[in-house]
Amino acid sequence: MADAIVAEGLVKRYGNVTALDGMGLTVPEGTVFGLLGPNGAGKTTMVRVLTTLLKPDSGKARVAGFDVVDDARELRAHIGASGQYAAVDEYLTGAENLEMVGRLYHLGTKPSKERARELLDKFDLADAADRVVKGYSGGMRRRLDLAGALVANPRVLFLDEPTTGLDPRARIGLWDVIEELVAGGTTLLLTTQYMEEADRLADKIAVVDHGKVIALGTADELKDQIGGERIELTVNDPADLERARSALTSFAVGEIHVDANARHVTVPVADGSVALVEALGRLNLEGIKVRDVGLRRPTLDDVFLSLTGHEAEAATADDSDLAKEFSR
Amino acid sequence: MNAVQMAAVDGITIAKRNVIKIKRVPDLLVFTVMSPIMFVLLFAFVFGSVIDMPGISYREFLIAGIFTQTVIFGGTWTGLGLVEDLQKGIIDRFRSLPMSPAAVLIGRTTSDIIINVVSLVVMSLTGLLVGWRIRTSFPEALAGFALLLLFAYAFSWVMAVVGLWIRTPEVYNNATFMVIFPLTFIANTFVDSSRFPTVLRVIADWNPVSALTQAARELFGNTNPAMVVSDAWPMQNPIVATLLWTALILIVFVPFSIHRYQKAVSR
Repeated sequence: MADAIVAEGLVKRYGNVTALDGMGLTVPEGTVFGLLGPNGAGKTTMVRVLTTLLKPDSGKARVAGFDVVDDARELRAHIGASGQYAAVDEYLTGAENLEMVGRLYHLGTKPSKERARELLDKFDLADAADRVVKGYSGGMRRRLDLAGALVANPRVLFLDEPTTGLDPRARIGLWDVIEELVAGGTTLLLTTQYMEEADRLADKIAVVDHGKVIALGTADELKDQIGGERIELTVNDPADLERARSALTSFAVGEIHVDANARHVTVPVADGSVALVEALGRLNLEGIKVRDVGLRRPTLDDVFLSLTGHEAEAATADDSDLAKEFSR
Repeated sequence: MNAVQMAAVDGITIAKRNVIKIKRVPDLLVFTVMSPIMFVLLFAFVFGSVIDMPGISYREFLIAGIFTQTVIFGGTWTGLGLVEDLQKGIIDRFRSLPMSPAAVLIGRTTSDIIINVVSLVVMSLTGLLVGWRIRTSFPEALAGFALLLLFAYAFSWVMAVVGLWIRTPEVYNNATFMVIFPLTFIANTFVDSSRFPTVLRVIADWNPVSALTQAARELFGNTNPAMVVSDAWPMQNPIVATLLWTALILIVFVPFSIHRYQKAVSR
């Protein structure tokens, strides 16, 4: 299988801020690749380089066989991109938006119209097709923006934080749409801040921080690497902390962490809910009183803590803000 | 399709999109048209009551100046439209499409001509009501309007560069005042610039806005032999001077704004 995206050693600096610090990745055709990282990690900059919006300071990248700098013009006919902020014209109707995009891909007037209707149907926007976008909900705008990225049946699709800012229902709706799409064989590069999103959609995930890939693997591989699920519990009596540790050793698949101040015990486990029930039974047997208990899935913060040793700090400015600051 | 054809075809697509916005947000056009009416009335009655022009009524002298000022203000819509497109992220979409890199600018400057045409019609009617008259032939008058629109079109490209540079609507609005007020006031637009102190007079003589205003006055027949016209070359040959300025502005600012556009990134 050929590679749809190959990037090597991409560097992009804004003043003395390095947005991309030697970023590289390979995405085989027909697969979904997730770029997971916090604001400011360089995800948006990476997408902008791969979609020809930004020229890298150094490094090379090819998408669908075209160099993103040298063959930018030809490449644009083969990609579709949908950004973090729905790039639709709010004074046009949904249909007018998609027809305009079709004409700008030079599909011709009639095919542009037909394609617009087809996509509006597919994205559940047929009823709103002739309404001005200003009246659309956030979820509808995102769907229209995504439809805009698909007008020319692109070989490679880029989605930059497609569900950021959407309510949970709209998010799940959009996931369904994306899943259906990639089932048809489109290569997709997706950026996200949500572990859950990468988990559900991506075949392979790259965790990025400070403009670099710091971990790469399938969702399962990454979760194994960071310890998977864990039981977190708080005991009533600090004297029970060590007893709890020894009682739960047999369930742990990694090191048990005890925080004496907070009276917290964290136990990495393999088979979450089963382990939780059994562990509670064991604690009960031992007569250890538990104030609070829960099963936690790894989050982006856990990934970061485990991979970088620092929290996924809320960056002071995300990389798109930096892009704005420094591209003047 | 070669590059020029593509620029034209894509430019028309973008211009259509901009025209739809004018239709859907009519307030925009209403206020664009109201302000020249206000200017005609304010200047005609406030300045007109204290300024005497030799051999011609101040109102007749004034209207060509107001025309010039208004079409130049019209150019600011170009920059504002681009700033809004940048803010809303749609420039990112356009830039990732296989379209002509000049199309967004061509489309924008073209659709903004419509705003200026409407402004000119409304201002002419208002002018006629307060005593302005065309004293030349129909073709000459038509040439006068055409020259105003042509210069305004070129000026749109200047404001495109300003808009792509500044990128925030609020700052852009202030920046346009910094450009437009000196340009339209240190000129023969509203007063007789031959009575300016030397430095201002020289600036006014060579200000393209003065050439345009003088050309419009001549083409509409709003001049009088009793009026002093500067000996400076652009004031003696205002039509040629305006055409040269228009060409020069386009030669410099079309490539410059396309270059800025290609580097511009939304947000």
